[in-house]
Amino acid sequence: MTTVTRSSALVPTEEQELLRRSVREFAAARFDIAQLRACRDGEASVDEPLGYSRAHWREMAELGWTGILFPEEYGGLGLGHAELGVVLEELGRRLLPQPLLSTVLLAGNAILRGGSEAQKQAVLPGICAGELVLAFAFQEQGRFAPWQVAMRATRVADGYRLAGEKRFVLDGHGADRLLVLARTSGEPGERGGLTLFLLDPQTPGVECVRTSLLDVRNAARIRFADVKVSVSQVVGEVDRAALILDPVFDGAAAGLSAELVGVLSEAFERTLAYLKIRRQFGALIGSFQALKHRAADMFCERELAMSVTLAALRALDAGRADAPALASAAKARTSEVANLIGREAIQMFGGIGMTDEEEIGFFVKRARAAETTLGDGAYHRDRFATLNNF
Amino acid sequence: MNNKTALDNFRTDIARWLAEWYPAVLRPLDVESGMPPEAVVPETIRNAERRWHRLRAEQGWLAPTWPREYGGAGLDKDQARVLAQELRRVGVRPPPISAGLSLLGPVLLQRGTPEQKLRHLPGIARDEVMWCQGYSEPGAGSDLASLTTRAMLDGDHFVVDGHKLWTSHADKADWMFCLVRTDPEAPQHEGISFLLIDMKSPGISVAPIRLISGPSAFCQTFFDQVRVPKENLLGQLGEGWTIAKQLLQYERQALGSIGRGDLGRAQTLPELAKQELGSEGARIADPVLRAQVAQCELDSLALRLTMNRSADEAGAGRGGDHIASMLKLYGSALTNRRHELMMTLLGADGLGWEGPGFSDAALRITRQWLRAKGNAIEGGTNEIQRNVIAKRILGLPE
Repeated sequence: MTTVTRSSALVPTEEQELLRRSVREFAAARFDIAQLRACRDGEASVDEPLGYSRAHWREMAELGWTGILFPEEYGGLGLGHAELGVVLEELGRRLLPQPLLSTVLLAGNAILRGGSEAQKQAVLPGICAGELVLAFAFQEQGRFAPWQVAMRATRVADGYRLAGEKRFVLDGHGADRLLVLARTSGEPGERGGLTLFLLDPQTPGVECVRTSLLDVRNAARIRFADVKVSVSQVVGEVDRAALILDPVFDGAAAGLSAELVGVLSEAFERTLAYLKIRRQFGALIGSFQALKHRAADMFCERELAMSVTLAALRALDAGRADAPALASAAKARTSEVANLIGREAIQMFGGIGMTDEEEIGFFVKRARAAETTLGDGAYHRDRFATLNNF
Repeated sequence: MNNKTALDNFRTDIARWLAEWYPAVLRPLDVESGMPPEAVVPETIRNAERRWHRLRAEQGWLAPTWPREYGGAGLDKDQARVLAQELRRVGVRPPPISAGLSLLGPVLLQRGTPEQKLRHLPGIARDEVMWCQGYSEPGAGSDLASLTTRAMLDGDHFVVDGHKLWTSHADKADWMFCLVRTDPEAPQHEGISFLLIDMKSPGISVAPIRLISGPSAFCQTFFDQVRVPKENLLGQLGEGWTIAKQLLQYERQALGSIGRGDLGRAQTLPELAKQELGSEGARIADPVLRAQVAQCELDSLALRLTMNRSADEAGAGRGGDHIASMLKLYGSALTNRRHELMMTLLGADGLGWEGPGFSDAALRITRQWLRAKGNAIEGGTNEIQRNVIAKRILGLPE
């Protein structure tokens, strides 16, 4: 991994501030919630079945953002989670959907960490160039439980046969490659016995069904009916995928936390703006103490969520031993605060907040999806406790 | 020599000085875990602490950024940061919060006359003169500006009459900084002035206050025709409220950070939970209370990181001072939640009041649980802090 010496201070560097401005301008110029609504209602100019725009993906690649995490030898920028976090936060503010989580933080990072040189060459330059989108098929049930994998990969003479079903595969529909987690030994729930496979979704026996989530993003249900894969498609060591995936899930949880900081900040600021224009009983409702105090509490929660997320991203980049616990702390906190602000936002907007016409609902829905993805507050609180030895 | 080399040299000098002078008995074996060294007689530690405190004060390190003529060390911001890092590295704890050092000092530096600064700052910086704060009154709590203690000009003296409440350490303090009404006719906020009062002045009497948690440092202070020289007015006549608000921010900062320094030595919340509930492997046996412990620990971590971030932002010249209100609000609410949880973990062991039958640790937690409630009230109640955040940070309408 490329190591970059950087400040451990919990303030953005000058470069990160510049990056933030670029992403903010990019997102504002290209995307608004009207497009998200159109996409949901099937009137999209964007690639509607994908739920994101391939054209934006290519543009982001030209700006270097899809390659932030990858070393220069693969066409990337060799930067870190802190920089990628800046991009995710700004996209989150705008609710701009892009396959950064699926392609870069999950599948791409797993291949970077565990793949052979040939596998890295086969996908990483393509991601950095904006040509490839990858999806990581691991989840089988509703609640995030990474080792609860029942899907089997059975050893046969010339490779493996995959049989089972994956659900909630983010950006699985329309992905150019699939990274699949299957059980080569052991029982569901065990960390050991899991293996990663890299395959083309066009492989015979792979059946992909697009499912639509409430945030208009694409998550697929993918069936594997005795899909034949070769030994060269194994990523990393057989039975030991968990070792690759631990840091991958940490990085993804921290990245998703950064996106959540963007989502919840925007939702909070929109709510605040509404409190300053809405009049009832002849007064601005923001002058009512019952609402002021709740706004102040939300502000505190938002600030704390930002601090933990920043600390988690920094710790990951520095390779610190407390990075896993901080990643869980960040995901727990941002998930819960996003939920809190979502609830309060609708309540403070009142009746208008219940309508589809008012945009605040889109933030609430994205926040809920991001909260649930990769483990919610309860999951990460439990993990935080375990990692801290209690 | 460039700036960085100069700073590096400064760091080396500090490290060398500390290696020579910081008492070995106070050095933790393991700075990270905060564990004290091998068993040493408490008396030895106390003496060493006392000696170290004097030494540190003489170096000007209690107020590192104050000018030397006022008892500080005359350091710039970068040097002060290096000093703090080096002190932390050898395990030096921050000095206890004092009204003089944390509250009055910064205001005096900014607004005092040259004579006032020379007279008062060195004593504060060396921790030789103890100050107390005269703000609240029986009729002026959250609504501080309604205070009625009067100071009427009589020749070259003010004559002070009134009753102050919650004056911490007034029974031991040498001086009090005090809000008084100098113009009863002026609009409420404009008739207040900021007075420095010698506690030995005739007409002052002090009575300690007993709290729900037991004896406390709080007192009430009565003024009966107390004569205070005119030159003890800080700032202009009628400027007291502006000065008071500025000082309140320092106080919120100080209060929000309570409970940081000492965590290493106290039993942690997870340890207490395992002791009271038992454990399965490393896990706290009761899953419901374990989740509550985890929530508390997570929130403490988030608060600590926010304090760090706020310090880093200040270091980078960003961030506003009203962040103090947030730290105070969240910090005191969290302290209350932690103590509630500790009481739950203790069960009936948390019901002891004094004497035999209960461990010292449990008795301490019970008292702290009660005392912590005050954290959400003193220095501006949490409701007032929310008002401040809503107005100053969020810009919500009146």
